[in-house]
Amino acid sequence: MARTDTADISVAKQQRKKSMANAKRKRSREQFAERYSALMLAAAILAIWQVMVPISGLSEFILPTPWAIATRIVSEYQLLATHAYITLFEVLGGFGLAVVVGVTLALTIFYSKPFERAIYPLLVAMQTIPKVALAPILVLYLGYGWAPKITLAFLIALFPIVISTVVGLQSLDRNLVSLVRSMGASEIQTFFKVRLPAALPNIFGGFKVAISLSVIGAVIGEYVAAERGLGYLQLQANSLFDTTLNFASVATISALGVTLYFLLDYVEGRVAYKRDAAK
Amino acid sequence: MNMTAQHKGAEIGISQLSKVYHTREDEDILALDNIDLTIERGSFVAVVGPSGCGKSTLLSLLAGLIPRSSGEISIDRETISKPHPKIGVVFQQDLLLYWRTVIDNILLPIEIKKLDIAKYRDHAEELLEQVGLGGMAKKFPSELSGGMRQRVAICRALIQEPGLLLMDEPFGALDALTREQMIMDLQSMWSRLGNTVLFITHGIDEAVFLADRVLVMSPRPGKIDLDLKIDMPRPRKWAETHEDATYHGYVREIRKIFEAKGILVAH
Ligand SMILES: Nc1ncnc2c1ncn2[C@@H]1O[C@H](COP(=O)(O)OP(=O)(O)OP(=O)(O)O)[C@@H](O)[C@H]1O
Ligand SMILES: [Mg+2]
Repeated sequence: MARTDTADISVAKQQRKKSMANAKRKRSREQFAERYSALMLAAAILAIWQVMVPISGLSEFILPTPWAIATRIVSEYQLLATHAYITLFEVLGGFGLAVVVGVTLALTIFYSKPFERAIYPLLVAMQTIPKVALAPILVLYLGYGWAPKITLAFLIALFPIVISTVVGLQSLDRNLVSLVRSMGASEIQTFFKVRLPAALPNIFGGFKVAISLSVIGAVIGEYVAAERGLGYLQLQANSLFDTTLNFASVATISALGVTLYFLLDYVEGRVAYKRDAAK
Repeated sequence: MNMTAQHKGAEIGISQLSKVYHTREDEDILALDNIDLTIERGSFVAVVGPSGCGKSTLLSLLAGLIPRSSGEISIDRETISKPHPKIGVVFQQDLLLYWRTVIDNILLPIEIKKLDIAKYRDHAEELLEQVGLGGMAKKFPSELSGGMRQRVAICRALIQEPGLLLMDEPFGALDALTREQMIMDLQSMWSRLGNTVLFITHGIDEAVFLADRVLVMSPRPGKIDLDLKIDMPRPRKWAETHEDATYHGYVREIRKIFEAKGILVAH
């Protein structure tokens, strides 16, 4: 009887080891798929595009192949980089401004009911104006330099930052506030120990939406009137019927947006702990 | 042992304490009506009463979380009106901060009081050890079960060795088995620490099992209907106590009040 018991236990032990190893293998397989699925999908789309261009008989003049665009990016690296820096500066300027103003607005809205009532309708009204419609007006007032682009990027990025920060702060469990109050926490301590950390995932959600919108804002600003920047380079390419350069600019713009997005994602991973991170 | 234990507990005095809530509809709700109560050093007092009778209100007043409408509260003869460092609170939900590890959650009160965290680290690990969570210090709350999380919340309330431990239905969200274990653990921890405990609960059985004194509250406006001294030797064992006639006598006495008030309908 005792012998079978120990035998059972050792069998059970092996079984457990096996299922744990299986779970581990499954997890690493899932991780691989998760990490590279986006890259694989992108590669597949580019590959189809690459072969479809010659098959369809379209001239490279109308639709260049990804390969042609890539080689162009490499050969015109210098030119693209010069303009990319300008656009990057405008994007970061607008986004940075939106973060400072947006978070300040959100805090004031959160702490002051009268201010919330006064400012919310204005914010929503502002949000319903298509920002593209503002671009020519901004040029009129602010000229051809970086100022209207930064303003446009700022205006377009402000709303999501304000809303997500306010929602993040308001959705806090009130019992958590009672908890730290019972420990004798001041409002400043309550803010930094509980309110802010709990709101960070929301705030970063807003930041990520905002940074992508900032890129759009800056480039639209460049379309309307500019002497430099990736949007301007696209217009140049258009007027020269240089479709490949045009696509190369688009690719650079999108690379810019993606890079900034993932930078924010990285920062978020460093400072914010998501509720379900252990899953 | 008993002598040192007696020193640690705080003495609580409540006199003519009332609480009126003003609702948004501009109504006044009398939640607590003229409560007088003295709690001896190191005693375990349980409060039972129907939902909405003002138990949590009493606890919030003691914790200094809400202003009182009239009356006085004192701890060790010192009148209090804001959160007092001698008081630790355990709520119904564990309220652990999910972005902090277990140990950092326990050290939160130390951080907020700007005390030397390094000094309390060992004590925190010790407390964890005592509640059977040794080695869990670096885990995040999401990696723990409900019972484990509530244990961590208790450690957090105990980190500063509070003279008064306030507990608001701390085991209400736990399953029966875990609850039983937690009740036993609380008893042994309390007999070791010797602090004063005010334990709010819906459960007549756990109130009688744990307490030196059970206060039975009446529905709104909250008043103390019965102040029942529980005279049973300690440490109390789960199975034996639950078969004890004295224990059942106390439970019946409390139930009778609820039946008389129509809170429990006799069958
Ligand atoms: N912030 C508040 N504003 C207005 N009324 C309140 C407020 N908090 C509690 N009350 C009222 O005061 C009374 C007592 O509430 P309390 O939370 O103390 O009850 P309780 O005994 O803890 O109930 P439960 O057992 O359900 O937790 C209730 O009638 C409740 O409606
Ligand atoms: Mg309550």
